[in-house]
Amino acid sequence: MIVAAAASIQVSPGQVAASLALVALAAAVSFWWKADLERDIAVAAVRSLIQLTAIGYAIQVIFDADTIWLVLVLLAVMVLFGALTARNRARKVPGALKPLLISLSLAGATTLGLVVALGIFDPTPRYLVPVGGMVIGNAMTAAAVALNRLGDEMADSRARIEATLALGATAREAAMPTVRRALRSGMITLVDSTKTTGLIFFPGTMVGMLLAGADPTDAVRLQLILLYTLLGSVAIAALVATGLAYRNFFTPAQQLREPNG
Amino acid sequence: MLFELRDVCLARGGRAVLDAVSAAIPIGATAIVGPSGSGKSTLLRLLNRLADPDRGEVEYRGGPLGECEPLALRREVSLVPQLPALLEGTVESNLRYAAGLAGVEPDPAHHLHLAGLDPGFAERDVARLSVGEQQRAMLARALAQGPRVLLLDEPTSALDPGARDAIEATLAALRRELEISIVLVTHDPEQARRLGDWVVRLEAGRVTGCGPLERVLA
Repeated sequence: MIVAAAASIQVSPGQVAASLALVALAAAVSFWWKADLERDIAVAAVRSLIQLTAIGYAIQVIFDADTIWLVLVLLAVMVLFGALTARNRARKVPGALKPLLISLSLAGATTLGLVVALGIFDPTPRYLVPVGGMVIGNAMTAAAVALNRLGDEMADSRARIEATLALGATAREAAMPTVRRALRSGMITLVDSTKTTGLIFFPGTMVGMLLAGADPTDAVRLQLILLYTLLGSVAIAALVATGLAYRNFFTPAQQLREPNG
Repeated sequence: MLFELRDVCLARGGRAVLDAVSAAIPIGATAIVGPSGSGKSTLLRLLNRLADPDRGEVEYRGGPLGECEPLALRREVSLVPQLPALLEGTVESNLRYAAGLAGVEPDPAHHLHLAGLDPGFAERDVARLSVGEQQRAMLARALAQGPRVLLLDEPTSALDPGARDAIEATLAALRRELEISIVLVTHDPEQARRLGDWVVRLEAGRVTGCGPLERVLA
Protein backbone atom coordinates (compact mmCIF):
# COMPACT_ATOMS: atom_id res chain seq x y z
CA MET A 1 0.00 0.00 0.00
CA ILE A 2 1.23 3.46 -0.91
CA VAL A 3 1.74 5.69 2.14
CA ALA A 4 1.56 9.45 1.68
CA ALA A 5 4.74 11.31 2.58
CA ALA A 6 4.50 14.33 4.79
CA ALA A 7 6.71 16.31 2.45
CA SER A 8 5.07 19.20 0.68
CA ILE A 9 6.19 22.46 -0.85
CA GLN A 10 4.74 25.93 -0.59
CA VAL A 11 4.04 27.72 -3.89
CA SER A 12 3.19 31.41 -3.74
CA PRO A 13 0.83 33.22 -6.16
CA GLY A 14 3.85 35.31 -7.18
CA GLN A 15 5.66 32.21 -8.39
CA VAL A 16 2.63 31.18 -10.45
CA ALA A 17 2.45 34.69 -11.90
CA ALA A 18 6.14 34.55 -12.81
CA SER A 19 5.56 31.36 -14.81
CA LEU A 20 3.17 33.35 -17.02
CA ALA A 21 6.35 34.69 -18.68
CA LEU A 22 6.49 31.36 -20.52
CA VAL A 23 2.89 31.81 -21.67
CA ALA A 24 3.92 35.21 -23.04
CA LEU A 25 6.80 33.51 -24.82
CA ALA A 26 4.39 31.02 -26.43
CA ALA A 27 2.12 33.86 -27.54
CA ALA A 28 5.13 35.75 -28.92
CA VAL A 29 6.21 32.72 -30.98
CA SER A 30 2.69 32.41 -32.37
CA PHE A 31 2.57 36.14 -33.21
CA TRP A 32 6.05 36.15 -34.76
CA TRP A 33 5.29 33.16 -37.02
CA LYS A 34 1.67 34.21 -37.67
CA ALA A 35 0.39 30.88 -36.28
CA ASP A 36 -2.78 32.71 -35.17
CA LEU A 37 -2.82 30.98 -31.81
CA GLU A 38 -2.35 34.01 -29.52
CA ARG A 39 -6.03 34.15 -28.59
CA ASP A 40 -6.17 30.38 -27.99
CA ILE A 41 -3.06 30.56 -25.82
CA ALA A 42 -4.59 33.36 -23.75
CA VAL A 43 -7.87 31.46 -23.39
CA ALA A 44 -5.95 28.30 -22.44
CA ALA A 45 -3.94 30.16 -19.77
CA VAL A 46 -7.02 31.83 -18.26
CA ARG A 47 -9.17 28.70 -18.41
CA SER A 48 -6.46 26.55 -16.81
CA LEU A 49 -6.07 29.13 -14.02
CA ILE A 50 -9.81 29.25 -13.30
CA GLN A 51 -10.45 25.52 -13.74
CA LEU A 52 -7.48 24.36 -11.67
CA THR A 53 -8.18 26.90 -8.91
CA ALA A 54 -11.81 25.77 -8.79
CA ILE A 55 -10.92 22.09 -8.77
CA GLY A 56 -8.31 22.81 -6.08
CA TYR A 57 -11.02 24.20 -3.81
CA ALA A 58 -13.35 21.35 -4.73
CA ILE A 59 -10.67 18.78 -3.91
CA GLN A 60 -10.02 20.51 -0.61
CA VAL A 61 -13.72 20.24 0.25
CA ILE A 62 -13.74 16.57 -0.73
CA PHE A 63 -10.59 15.84 1.28
CA ASP A 64 -12.04 17.62 4.31
CA ALA A 65 -15.37 15.77 4.02
CA ASP A 66 -13.44 12.50 3.60
CA THR A 67 -16.42 10.65 2.09
CA ILE A 68 -16.39 8.33 -0.90
CA TRP A 69 -19.72 9.68 -2.20
CA LEU A 70 -18.32 13.10 -3.00
CA VAL A 71 -15.46 11.38 -4.84
CA LEU A 72 -17.96 9.43 -6.93
CA VAL A 73 -19.87 12.62 -7.75
CA LEU A 74 -16.65 14.33 -8.84
CA LEU A 75 -15.64 11.35 -11.00
CA ALA A 76 -19.12 11.24 -12.56
CA VAL A 77 -18.83 14.93 -13.46
CA MET A 78 -15.40 14.26 -14.98
CA VAL A 79 -16.84 11.39 -17.06
CA LEU A 80 -19.70 13.61 -18.28
CA PHE A 81 -17.45 16.51 -19.27
CA GLY A 82 -14.88 14.11 -20.72
CA ALA A 83 -17.53 12.46 -22.91
CA LEU A 84 -18.91 15.81 -24.07
CA THR A 85 -15.41 17.03 -24.92
CA ALA A 86 -14.49 13.83 -26.75
CA ARG A 87 -17.74 13.99 -28.74
CA ASN A 88 -16.46 17.15 -30.42
CA ARG A 89 -13.61 15.10 -31.88
CA ALA A 90 -15.99 12.36 -33.00
CA ARG A 91 -18.45 14.36 -35.09
CA LYS A 92 -18.42 11.83 -37.92
CA VAL A 93 -19.55 9.06 -35.57
CA PRO A 94 -23.35 8.92 -35.22
CA GLY A 95 -24.58 8.80 -31.61
CA ALA A 96 -21.05 9.00 -30.18
CA LEU A 97 -22.05 10.31 -26.73
CA LYS A 98 -23.44 7.06 -25.36
CA PRO A 99 -20.38 4.92 -26.27
CA LEU A 100 -18.15 7.65 -24.82
CA LEU A 101 -20.06 7.82 -21.54
CA ILE A 102 -19.97 4.04 -21.20
CA SER A 103 -16.30 3.74 -22.17
CA LEU A 104 -15.08 6.46 -19.77
CA SER A 105 -17.23 5.10 -16.93
CA LEU A 106 -15.95 1.57 -17.48
CA ALA A 107 -12.33 2.68 -17.84
CA GLY A 108 -12.56 4.68 -14.60
CA ALA A 109 -14.48 2.08 -12.61
CA THR A 110 -12.39 -0.89 -13.74
CA THR A 111 -8.96 0.65 -13.24
CA LEU A 112 -9.78 2.37 -9.93
CA GLY A 113 -11.52 -0.78 -8.73
CA LEU A 114 -8.47 -2.86 -9.63
CA VAL A 115 -5.87 -0.59 -8.00
CA VAL A 116 -7.95 -0.61 -4.81
CA ALA A 117 -8.65 -4.36 -4.97
CA LEU A 118 -4.95 -5.14 -5.56
CA GLY A 119 -4.09 -3.10 -2.49
CA ILE A 120 -2.10 -0.47 -4.41
CA PHE A 121 -4.10 2.52 -3.15
CA ASP A 122 -6.41 3.11 -0.20
CA PRO A 123 -10.04 3.77 -1.20
CA THR A 124 -9.81 7.31 0.17
CA PRO A 125 -10.32 10.69 -1.51
CA ARG A 126 -6.58 11.51 -1.28
CA TYR A 127 -5.81 8.72 -3.78
CA LEU A 128 -9.04 8.25 -5.74
CA VAL A 129 -9.43 11.91 -6.76
CA PRO A 130 -6.02 12.49 -8.39
CA VAL A 131 -5.70 8.99 -9.83
CA GLY A 132 -9.32 9.09 -11.05
CA GLY A 133 -8.68 12.42 -12.74
CA MET A 134 -5.63 11.07 -14.56
CA VAL A 135 -7.40 7.87 -15.54
CA ILE A 136 -10.50 9.60 -16.92
CA GLY A 137 -8.46 12.33 -18.63
CA ASN A 138 -6.26 9.83 -20.44
CA ALA A 139 -9.26 7.62 -21.23
CA MET A 140 -11.01 10.65 -22.71
CA THR A 141 -8.07 11.43 -24.98
CA ALA A 142 -7.76 7.81 -26.11
CA ALA A 143 -11.50 7.47 -26.80
CA ALA A 144 -11.59 10.80 -28.65
CA VAL A 145 -8.63 9.90 -30.85
CA ALA A 146 -10.02 6.41 -31.52
CA LEU A 147 -13.49 7.67 -32.49
CA ASN A 148 -12.04 10.50 -34.56
CA ARG A 149 -10.06 7.91 -36.53
CA LEU A 150 -13.08 5.58 -36.68
CA GLY A 151 -15.20 8.33 -38.25
CA ASP A 152 -12.55 9.15 -40.85
CA GLU A 153 -11.83 5.50 -41.64
CA MET A 154 -15.50 4.55 -41.96
CA ALA A 155 -15.96 7.38 -44.44
CA ASP A 156 -12.85 6.42 -46.42
CA SER A 157 -13.59 2.69 -46.36
CA ARG A 158 -17.29 2.76 -47.28
CA ALA A 159 -16.72 0.99 -50.60
CA ARG A 160 -14.64 -1.80 -49.07
CA ILE A 161 -16.98 -2.26 -46.12
CA GLU A 162 -20.06 -2.45 -48.34
CA ALA A 163 -18.28 -4.83 -50.71
CA THR A 164 -17.57 -7.07 -47.72
CA LEU A 165 -21.18 -6.84 -46.51
CA ALA A 166 -22.21 -7.82 -50.06
CA LEU A 167 -20.43 -11.15 -49.52
CA GLY A 168 -22.65 -11.88 -46.53
CA ALA A 169 -20.21 -10.73 -43.86
CA THR A 170 -21.70 -9.34 -40.64
CA ALA A 171 -21.29 -5.66 -39.83
CA ARG A 172 -18.69 -6.65 -37.24
CA GLU A 173 -16.68 -8.68 -39.75
CA ALA A 174 -16.88 -5.95 -42.38
CA ALA A 175 -15.87 -3.17 -39.97
CA MET A 176 -13.21 -5.11 -38.06
CA PRO A 177 -10.10 -3.87 -39.95
CA THR A 178 -11.36 -0.29 -39.53
CA VAL A 179 -12.18 -0.75 -35.85
CA ARG A 180 -8.78 -2.32 -35.28
CA ARG A 181 -6.98 0.69 -36.79
CA ALA A 182 -9.10 3.09 -34.72
CA LEU A 183 -8.37 1.15 -31.53
CA ARG A 184 -4.67 1.23 -32.30
CA SER A 185 -4.77 4.99 -32.87
CA GLY A 186 -6.38 5.52 -29.48
CA MET A 187 -3.74 3.51 -27.64
CA ILE A 188 -0.55 4.19 -29.57
CA THR A 189 0.28 7.61 -28.08
CA LEU A 190 0.38 6.40 -24.50
CA VAL A 191 2.15 3.17 -25.48
CA ASP A 192 4.86 5.16 -27.26
CA SER A 193 5.25 7.70 -24.47
CA THR A 194 5.44 4.84 -21.94
CA LYS A 195 8.26 3.31 -24.01
CA THR A 196 10.29 6.51 -23.92
CA THR A 197 9.48 7.57 -20.37
CA GLY A 198 12.62 8.29 -18.37
CA LEU A 199 14.69 8.56 -21.56
CA ILE A 200 13.13 11.43 -23.45
CA PHE A 201 10.73 12.90 -20.93
CA PHE A 202 9.95 12.78 -17.22
CA PRO A 203 6.27 12.20 -16.56
CA GLY A 204 4.28 14.66 -14.43
CA THR A 205 3.77 12.64 -11.30
CA MET A 206 7.45 11.88 -10.94
CA VAL A 207 8.40 15.50 -11.56
CA GLY A 208 5.81 16.65 -9.01
CA MET A 209 7.07 14.23 -6.37
CA LEU A 210 10.69 15.15 -6.95
CA LEU A 211 9.84 18.84 -6.69
CA ALA A 212 7.96 18.12 -3.49
CA GLY A 213 11.08 16.53 -2.05
CA ALA A 214 10.17 12.85 -2.29
CA ASP A 215 12.72 10.09 -2.53
CA PRO A 216 13.49 9.38 -6.26
CA THR A 217 12.85 5.64 -5.76
CA ASP A 218 9.37 6.33 -4.42
CA ALA A 219 8.75 8.83 -7.21
CA VAL A 220 9.72 6.24 -9.83
CA ARG A 221 7.61 3.49 -8.26
CA LEU A 222 4.53 5.65 -8.03
CA GLN A 223 5.04 6.83 -11.58
CA LEU A 224 5.30 3.24 -12.80
CA ILE A 225 2.07 2.32 -11.04
CA LEU A 226 0.32 5.26 -12.64
CA LEU A 227 1.72 4.53 -16.12
CA TYR A 228 0.58 0.91 -15.95
CA THR A 229 -2.81 1.99 -14.60
CA LEU A 230 -3.17 4.47 -17.44
CA LEU A 231 -2.26 1.84 -20.03
CA GLY A 232 -5.11 -0.29 -18.72
CA SER A 233 -7.61 2.55 -18.67
CA VAL A 234 -6.66 3.74 -22.16
CA ALA A 235 -7.04 0.22 -23.55
CA ILE A 236 -10.48 -0.20 -21.96
CA ALA A 237 -11.67 3.23 -23.11
CA ALA A 238 -10.52 2.81 -26.72
CA LEU A 239 -11.83 -0.77 -26.91
CA VAL A 240 -15.25 -0.02 -25.46
CA ALA A 241 -15.70 3.26 -27.37
CA THR A 242 -14.83 1.76 -30.78
CA GLY A 243 -16.56 -1.55 -30.02
CA LEU A 244 -19.84 0.24 -29.29
CA ALA A 245 -19.59 3.15 -31.72
CA TYR A 246 -18.96 1.19 -34.94
CA ARG A 247 -22.41 -0.42 -34.58
CA ASN A 248 -24.02 3.00 -35.09
CA PHE A 249 -22.82 2.98 -38.71
CA PHE A 250 -24.99 -0.05 -39.50
CA THR A 251 -28.70 -0.90 -39.52
CA PRO A 252 -30.05 -4.02 -37.80
CA ALA A 253 -30.23 -5.61 -41.29
CA GLN A 254 -26.42 -5.33 -41.57
CA GLN A 255 -26.58 -2.41 -44.00
CA LEU A 256 -24.24 0.55 -44.00
CA ARG A 257 -26.21 3.66 -43.05
CA GLU A 258 -26.07 6.66 -45.34
CA PRO A 259 -23.61 9.28 -43.96
CA ASN A 260 -26.44 11.60 -42.87
CA GLY A 261 -29.14 8.98 -42.69
CA MET B 1 -39.79 -14.50 -61.88
CA LEU B 2 -36.43 -14.11 -60.17
CA PHE B 3 -37.20 -10.66 -58.77
CA GLU B 4 -40.37 -8.63 -58.85
CA LEU B 5 -40.54 -5.00 -57.72
CA ARG B 6 -43.87 -3.33 -57.05
CA ASP B 7 -44.22 0.41 -56.50
CA VAL B 8 -40.76 0.67 -54.94
CA CYS B 9 -39.76 4.11 -53.65
CA LEU B 10 -36.47 5.12 -52.06
CA ALA B 11 -35.22 8.60 -51.19
CA ARG B 12 -31.75 9.78 -50.16
CA GLY B 13 -31.12 13.20 -48.65
CA GLY B 14 -34.68 14.27 -49.44
CA ARG B 15 -34.32 13.33 -53.14
CA ALA B 16 -36.31 10.48 -54.69
CA VAL B 17 -33.79 8.02 -56.13
CA LEU B 18 -36.39 5.40 -57.05
CA ASP B 19 -39.91 6.60 -57.69
CA ALA B 20 -42.73 4.01 -57.85
CA VAL B 21 -40.54 1.46 -59.61
CA SER B 22 -42.37 -1.66 -60.78
CA ALA B 23 -40.44 -4.21 -62.79
CA ALA B 24 -40.01 -7.93 -63.24
CA ILE B 25 -36.61 -9.61 -63.61
CA PRO B 26 -36.68 -13.19 -64.91
CA ILE B 27 -34.13 -15.97 -64.51
CA GLY B 28 -31.38 -15.47 -67.11
CA ALA B 29 -29.48 -12.30 -67.98
CA THR B 30 -31.07 -8.93 -67.33
CA ALA B 31 -29.56 -5.54 -68.07
CA ILE B 32 -30.64 -2.48 -66.10
CA VAL B 33 -29.86 0.44 -68.39
CA GLY B 34 -30.11 4.16 -67.99
CA PRO B 35 -28.06 7.34 -67.74
CA SER B 36 -25.92 8.24 -64.73
CA GLY B 37 -28.01 9.12 -61.67
CA SER B 38 -31.08 7.25 -62.89
CA GLY B 39 -31.12 4.96 -59.83
CA LYS B 40 -29.64 1.82 -61.46
CA SER B 41 -27.07 1.05 -58.75
CA THR B 42 -29.60 1.74 -55.99
CA LEU B 43 -32.03 -0.69 -57.58
CA LEU B 44 -29.28 -3.31 -57.74
CA ARG B 45 -28.45 -2.81 -54.05
CA LEU B 46 -32.09 -3.48 -53.15
CA LEU B 47 -31.83 -6.94 -54.70
CA ASN B 48 -29.47 -8.32 -52.06
CA ARG B 49 -30.67 -6.05 -49.25
CA LEU B 50 -27.65 -3.77 -49.07
CA ALA B 51 -30.50 -1.26 -48.90
CA ASP B 52 -34.22 -1.63 -48.24
CA PRO B 53 -36.95 0.39 -49.97
CA ASP B 54 -38.77 3.13 -48.09
CA ARG B 55 -42.04 1.92 -49.66
CA GLY B 56 -43.18 -0.83 -51.97
CA GLU B 57 -42.41 -4.53 -52.22
CA VAL B 58 -39.57 -6.60 -53.61
CA GLU B 59 -39.99 -10.34 -54.16
CA TYR B 60 -37.28 -12.92 -54.72
CA ARG B 61 -38.38 -16.22 -56.26
CA GLY B 62 -41.97 -15.51 -55.26
CA GLY B 63 -41.32 -14.64 -51.58
CA PRO B 64 -40.93 -11.27 -49.87
CA LEU B 65 -37.27 -10.20 -50.05
CA GLY B 66 -37.66 -8.25 -46.80
CA GLU B 67 -38.20 -11.54 -44.96
CA CYS B 68 -34.98 -13.08 -46.30
CA GLU B 69 -32.16 -13.19 -43.76
CA PRO B 70 -29.73 -10.60 -45.23
CA LEU B 71 -26.48 -12.51 -44.71
CA ALA B 72 -27.74 -15.77 -46.23
CA LEU B 73 -29.36 -13.84 -49.09
CA ARG B 74 -26.12 -12.01 -49.92
CA ARG B 75 -24.21 -15.28 -50.15
CA GLU B 76 -26.79 -16.53 -52.66
CA VAL B 77 -27.33 -13.24 -54.50
CA SER B 78 -23.82 -11.86 -54.79
CA LEU B 79 -23.15 -8.23 -55.71
CA VAL B 80 -19.94 -7.10 -57.41
CA PRO B 81 -19.69 -3.32 -56.94
CA GLN B 82 -18.68 -0.82 -59.59
CA LEU B 83 -15.29 -0.05 -58.09
CA PRO B 84 -13.00 -2.84 -56.94
CA ALA B 85 -12.80 -3.01 -53.14
CA LEU B 86 -10.83 -6.07 -52.16
CA LEU B 87 -9.61 -6.79 -48.65
CA GLU B 88 -5.92 -6.29 -47.89
CA GLY B 89 -3.84 -9.38 -48.64
CA THR B 90 -3.55 -11.72 -51.59
CA VAL B 91 -6.14 -12.60 -54.20
CA GLU B 92 -6.32 -16.09 -52.71
CA SER B 93 -6.93 -14.80 -49.18
CA ASN B 94 -9.87 -12.80 -50.56
CA LEU B 95 -11.29 -15.87 -52.29
CA ARG B 96 -10.85 -18.01 -49.20
CA TYR B 97 -12.52 -15.36 -47.05
CA ALA B 98 -15.55 -15.26 -49.33
CA ALA B 99 -15.78 -19.05 -49.55
CA GLY B 100 -15.49 -19.27 -45.76
CA LEU B 101 -18.40 -16.87 -45.30
CA ALA B 102 -20.53 -19.01 -47.62
CA GLY B 103 -19.42 -22.23 -45.90
CA VAL B 104 -18.12 -23.75 -49.14
CA GLU B 105 -14.79 -25.33 -49.93
CA PRO B 106 -12.45 -22.77 -51.55
CA ASP B 107 -11.12 -23.61 -55.02
CA PRO B 108 -9.08 -20.53 -55.98
CA ALA B 109 -7.62 -21.93 -59.21
CA HIS B 110 -11.07 -22.84 -60.57
CA HIS B 111 -12.69 -19.53 -59.67
CA LEU B 112 -9.76 -17.50 -61.00
CA HIS B 113 -10.09 -19.44 -64.25
CA LEU B 114 -13.84 -18.72 -64.41
CA ALA B 115 -13.08 -15.01 -63.96
CA GLY B 116 -10.47 -15.15 -66.72
CA LEU B 117 -7.41 -14.97 -64.48
CA ASP B 118 -4.35 -17.19 -64.53
CA PRO B 119 -3.95 -19.38 -61.37
CA GLY B 120 -0.68 -17.54 -60.74
CA PHE B 121 -2.77 -14.55 -59.61
CA ALA B 122 -3.68 -16.39 -56.41
CA GLU B 123 -0.48 -15.31 -54.68
CA ARG B 124 -0.57 -11.73 -55.95
CA ASP B 125 -1.02 -8.87 -53.49
CA VAL B 126 -4.28 -7.11 -54.37
CA ALA B 127 -2.56 -3.73 -53.98
CA ARG B 128 -0.38 -4.59 -56.98
CA LEU B 129 -3.19 -5.45 -59.40
CA SER B 130 -4.41 -3.22 -62.22
CA VAL B 131 -8.02 -2.02 -62.05
CA GLY B 132 -9.03 -4.60 -64.64
CA GLU B 133 -7.33 -7.38 -62.69
CA GLN B 134 -8.97 -6.20 -59.48
CA GLN B 135 -12.35 -6.23 -61.21
CA ARG B 136 -11.76 -9.83 -62.27
CA ALA B 137 -10.54 -10.75 -58.78
CA MET B 138 -13.79 -9.25 -57.40
CA LEU B 139 -15.73 -11.45 -59.83
CA ALA B 140 -13.70 -14.52 -58.84
CA ARG B 141 -14.33 -13.71 -55.16
CA ALA B 142 -18.09 -13.53 -55.76
CA LEU B 143 -18.01 -16.80 -57.72
CA ALA B 144 -16.09 -18.46 -54.86
CA GLN B 145 -19.31 -18.32 -52.85
CA GLY B 146 -21.19 -20.39 -55.41
CA PRO B 147 -23.99 -17.81 -55.86
CA ARG B 148 -27.20 -18.48 -57.76
CA VAL B 149 -27.47 -14.86 -58.87
CA LEU B 150 -24.70 -12.38 -59.77
CA LEU B 151 -25.45 -8.68 -59.47
CA LEU B 152 -22.89 -6.69 -61.46
CA ASP B 153 -22.70 -2.91 -61.11
CA GLU B 154 -21.07 -1.40 -64.23
CA PRO B 155 -18.42 -4.15 -64.31
CA THR B 156 -16.49 -2.55 -67.18
CA SER B 157 -16.92 1.17 -66.52
CA ALA B 158 -13.33 1.63 -65.33
CA LEU B 159 -11.79 -0.42 -68.13
CA ASP B 160 -10.39 0.27 -71.59
CA PRO B 161 -12.19 -1.30 -74.60
CA GLY B 162 -9.84 -4.31 -74.72
CA ALA B 163 -10.34 -5.18 -71.05
CA ARG B 164 -14.08 -4.50 -71.42
CA ASP B 165 -14.36 -7.02 -74.26
CA ALA B 166 -12.45 -9.59 -72.22
CA ILE B 167 -14.78 -9.19 -69.19
CA GLU B 168 -17.83 -9.41 -71.44
CA ALA B 169 -16.47 -12.63 -72.97
CA THR B 170 -15.92 -13.96 -69.43
CA LEU B 171 -19.50 -13.13 -68.44
CA ALA B 172 -20.87 -14.79 -71.57
CA ALA B 173 -18.80 -17.89 -70.78
CA LEU B 174 -20.03 -17.88 -67.19
CA ARG B 175 -23.62 -17.94 -68.39
CA ARG B 176 -22.86 -20.92 -70.59
CA GLU B 177 -20.86 -22.87 -67.99
CA LEU B 178 -22.79 -22.15 -64.80
CA GLU B 179 -26.49 -22.16 -64.05
CA ILE B 180 -26.34 -18.63 -62.81
CA SER B 181 -28.57 -15.62 -63.38
CA ILE B 182 -26.96 -12.26 -64.02
CA VAL B 183 -28.40 -8.82 -63.33
CA LEU B 184 -26.10 -6.25 -64.90
CA VAL B 185 -26.20 -2.48 -64.45
CA THR B 186 -24.86 -0.53 -67.41
CA HIS B 187 -25.17 2.94 -68.86
CA ASP B 188 -24.27 1.51 -72.28
CA PRO B 189 -27.25 0.20 -74.32
CA GLU B 190 -24.80 -1.62 -76.63
CA GLN B 191 -23.42 -3.59 -73.69
CA ALA B 192 -27.00 -4.40 -72.65
CA ARG B 193 -27.59 -5.72 -76.19
CA ARG B 194 -24.44 -7.85 -76.04
CA LEU B 195 -25.09 -9.36 -72.60
CA GLY B 196 -28.80 -9.21 -71.75
CA ASP B 197 -31.92 -11.10 -72.80
CA TRP B 198 -34.18 -8.90 -70.73
CA VAL B 199 -33.94 -5.15 -70.08
CA VAL B 200 -35.18 -2.77 -67.40
CA ARG B 201 -34.73 0.84 -68.54
CA LEU B 202 -34.59 3.55 -65.86
CA GLU B 203 -34.69 7.33 -66.24
CA ALA B 204 -34.67 9.70 -63.25
CA GLY B 205 -35.69 6.91 -60.90
CA ARG B 206 -38.64 5.74 -62.99
CA VAL B 207 -39.04 2.67 -65.17
CA THR B 208 -39.44 3.65 -68.82
CA GLY B 209 -39.24 0.16 -70.22
CA CYS B 210 -39.22 -3.43 -69.00
CA GLY B 211 -39.28 -6.56 -71.10
CA PRO B 212 -37.39 -8.67 -73.64
CA LEU B 213 -34.30 -7.01 -75.11
CA GLU B 214 -35.64 -6.79 -78.64
CA ARG B 215 -38.79 -5.02 -77.48
CA VAL B 216 -37.29 -2.50 -75.01
CA LEU B 217 -34.12 -1.63 -76.96
CA ALA B 218 -35.56 -1.96 -80.44
